[in-house]
Order: sequence, then structure tokens, then C-alpha cells
Amino acid sequence: MPDNLVIAVASGKGGTGKTTIATNLAHYTARLGQKVQYLDCDVEEPNGHIFLKPKIDFSGAVTIDVPQVDLEKCTGCGKCGEICQYSAIICIKENVLTFEQLCHSCSGCWRICPADAIKPKPLNIGDIEFGKASGVDFVGGKLRIGYVRTPSLIKEVKKHIKEDHLAIIDVPPGTSCPVVEAVRGADFVLLITEPTPFGLNDLKLTVGLVREMNLPFAIIINRYGIGNNEVEKYCAAENIDIVLKLPDDRRIAEAYSSGRIIVDVLSEYLKQFSELYEYIKRIKVGINDKRRLRVRRKNKSGFRSSSSCTQDP
Amino acid sequence: MKIAITSTGKTLDSQVDPRFGRAAYFVIVDTETMDFGVIENESAAAAGGAGISSGKVVIDSGAQAVLTGNCGPNAERTLTAGGIKLYTAVTGTVAEAVELFKNGKLTEASGPNVEPHFGMDT
Ligand code: SF4
Ligand code: SF4
Repeated sequence: MPDNLVIAVASGKGGTGKTTIATNLAHYTARLGQKVQYLDCDVEEPNGHIFLKPKIDFSGAVTIDVPQVDLEKCTGCGKCGEICQYSAIICIKENVLTFEQLCHSCSGCWRICPADAIKPKPLNIGDIEFGKASGVDFVGGKLRIGYVRTPSLIKEVKKHIKEDHLAIIDVPPGTSCPVVEAVRGADFVLLITEPTPFGLNDLKLTVGLVREMNLPFAIIINRYGIGNNEVEKYCAAENIDIVLKLPDDRRIAEAYSSGRIIVDVLSEYLKQFSELYEYIKRIKVGINDKRRLRVRRKNKSGFRSSSSCTQDP
Repeated sequence: MKIAITSTGKTLDSQVDPRFGRAAYFVIVDTETMDFGVIENESAAAAGGAGISSGKVVIDSGAQAVLTGNCGPNAERTLTAGGIKLYTAVTGTVAEAVELFKNGKLTEASGPNVEPHFGMDT
């Protein structure tokens, strides 16, 4: 296995056990001495910390640029509102209103303003935490409530992928922009599903997305035993690997609801995660595959402050 | 005075559209003459900020009041900045809404009555 494999753990909908798989895999491989990193990119509802219980060493605020208007200088020409594709700034009767939560920081308004009345100012959209959890290197993003800049925060979290670690990315549920941002550049995607008609429906959408993005992937069935065998039939027909079937076990649900790691409390599942780890170790990475945008940086310290990520003291 | 009514169709007999930012049409009615014009709402399918761009359209139309079903905070802020009076929870046809308005049967909204993104299908 290459040192720097990036595995994205995704699912078509929430509540399929994505975080359970991601945190257990991270915890299990760390126990075996693997250098492993868990990155919570489900920034709207991060919950990996509930299971991994990291000790947070430091955290930083993530900011984006939004317009600040100096009404003294503004001539009310309306150009800012015309250029903004997101209605985040609008000129109404010589008054300019800004809607910071809608701004995408395209810089259009402050570039176009003929009166030089607009300046960018930082707006805090969320936070990133860094810590350690029994051998697992933890990075977690959390979006501030009401902000729509999920992909920006995910991008920021992913900048902290370490070169010499197995990186496990907890991807937000669904198939929208944040998911695309979270799986982009991954070497392999694990898709979690439940063996039900709804599960299959969501799975097909996610498979479509990862195929579109040209990413290799395999499937994990959670709560195996409920529903029917349609997911298995689908995988056979589509020639997709099923790497793990986690049974519908009440004790797993109990471990989950009490925030415990399955492999710690139910040792019989060690074998399943060991098989998953073996599978991952066999994954070949197209190192020279330039089509994939690599996100990792040469950065061993684990934290890199950039213009848009400011570290809290 | 000119007022704007969110509408599902292009006539005075059309039903009031319950959504402001994503209304299909704005019917602009002159309350003295009952002459009216129709503006198709290009923001109805916008990805975001529909209430704001719709607000701008209504302000530019010269209307002094808006009659609609529901209005979110972004649209409300825009309309208020434009000095437009806002009446929410209006139902029935456009003509009926104008009648209620003329008879002083509508009470002005004191703020937004729905969260942002109300009326989005996703
Ligand atoms: S930076 Fe771009 S998105 Fe933000 S308000 Fe200005 S024009 Fe709109
Ligand atoms: S572009 Fe500048 S001068 Fe024109 S309305 Fe906007 S802020 Fe005012």
C-alpha cells in the first residue's frame, strides 16, 4: 500500500453507517500501527468526534472574503448588484445591501466598483479542529450554522491531508457539491449502503457520481440482513466489489448510540475490519494520474496557515 | 398607487402565488384604474438569492406595496430598503387581493414570515 492513500467514505443518504465505518476503520488500522488520519468533511453535521473522542490540540477559524461597502464613497451606480451572480449584494436607491451568507467570494463586486467603495473583509464560516484519538490523527471541520459555503470549508479541511498517512475522509451524505468536493482527489471511494430499495436507489446515484468523476470504488453493505438482495444483484451485474457486509446487529446499534467504537466492544467484528484493511492495502494508486486533482501538500507539521485559515491563539 | 401581487398566472383572475422570491409572475396593478402589467419572474428558478433579485424587480417596477403569501428575511430586507410595504398571508385571486387591500382589510407584515429558501423544491 502506498503511504499516502486517500480513502473517501461516502453514502447516498445520511444514517447508513458511514461514520461508523470511517471511524472504526481509522481506529482499527491505528491499533495495528498504521499511520492514519481521519478527516471529518461532513462539516454540516460532523459526528466523527463522538466516536473517536479526540483530544483537540488546537483549532482554527476558516474565513472567506465578503464585501464591505463604504457608503460615503458609493455613488449608487448599481454595478456591484449587476455583476453578482448570487444576489449577495444589491444596490437599492443609493443604498447598498449585502447578504454575506450568500456571497461566494468571487471578488466581482470589489473589482468592478468604479468608486472603489467596496473592500473585501473576512467572514468566519466555520472552524477546523486538530487532535489525536488513540493513534488516529484527527481533523474535523464544522460549518457555522446558516452558512452555505460548505465546499470551501471542506477544501480547507482537505488541505491538511498528510503525505505519509492513510487518510480516511468522512464525506457528507448525498450527491451534491459538498460531496463532489469531499471525494475529489481521493484514491478510492467506499460507498456505504443499506440493502433496501431506498438504499439501492441512493446507491445508484452515488455510483453515477463517482463514475463520472472517474474514481475507483467499492461497496460496503451495512445492516446486512434487512431488506432484500437487490443491492447484491446490482453489484454483481455492474461488476462492483462488495468489500464488507456488516450485519444488522442490535449490539452495533447500541454501540453507535452510546458513541462507542464497534471493534472495541464487539471483538468478533475485528475480522471484518481486518478484511477491509487487507482490501485497502491492495488498492493500486495511479500516481501519475494527472486528471485527478491532488489535494495534499508537502506538510509534515499537520497545520498550515493560509490566507483563508487563521489559527486561533 | 401601484402595488405588486405575486401571481401564478398572468391575469387578475389568477391565484396569488404563495411564494415571493419564487413566484411565477408579479402582477403590477394600479389601484385607481385597475390597469395592470405582468412581469415574469426570472428568479423563480434561480439557485439562490431569489427573494433579493425578486425584491429588486418589484422595486424597479415602481410598486409601493407587495401582496404575497410568504416572504423570507432576505426579500423582506430588500423590500424594506426600497421603502415597499409588505403584506403577507394573502390568498385568493389577484383581483380579490387588490380589493382587500383597497378596503384596508390587509395588515402590514412586521417582518419575514418564513425562513430563507421557502418554496424551493429541493
Ligand atoms: S464577492 Fe462575488 S459573490 Fe460576493 S457579493 Fe461580491 S460579486 Fe457577489
Ligand atoms: S458598484 Fe460601488 S459605487 Fe456602484 S453601487 Fe456598488 S458600491 Fe456603490
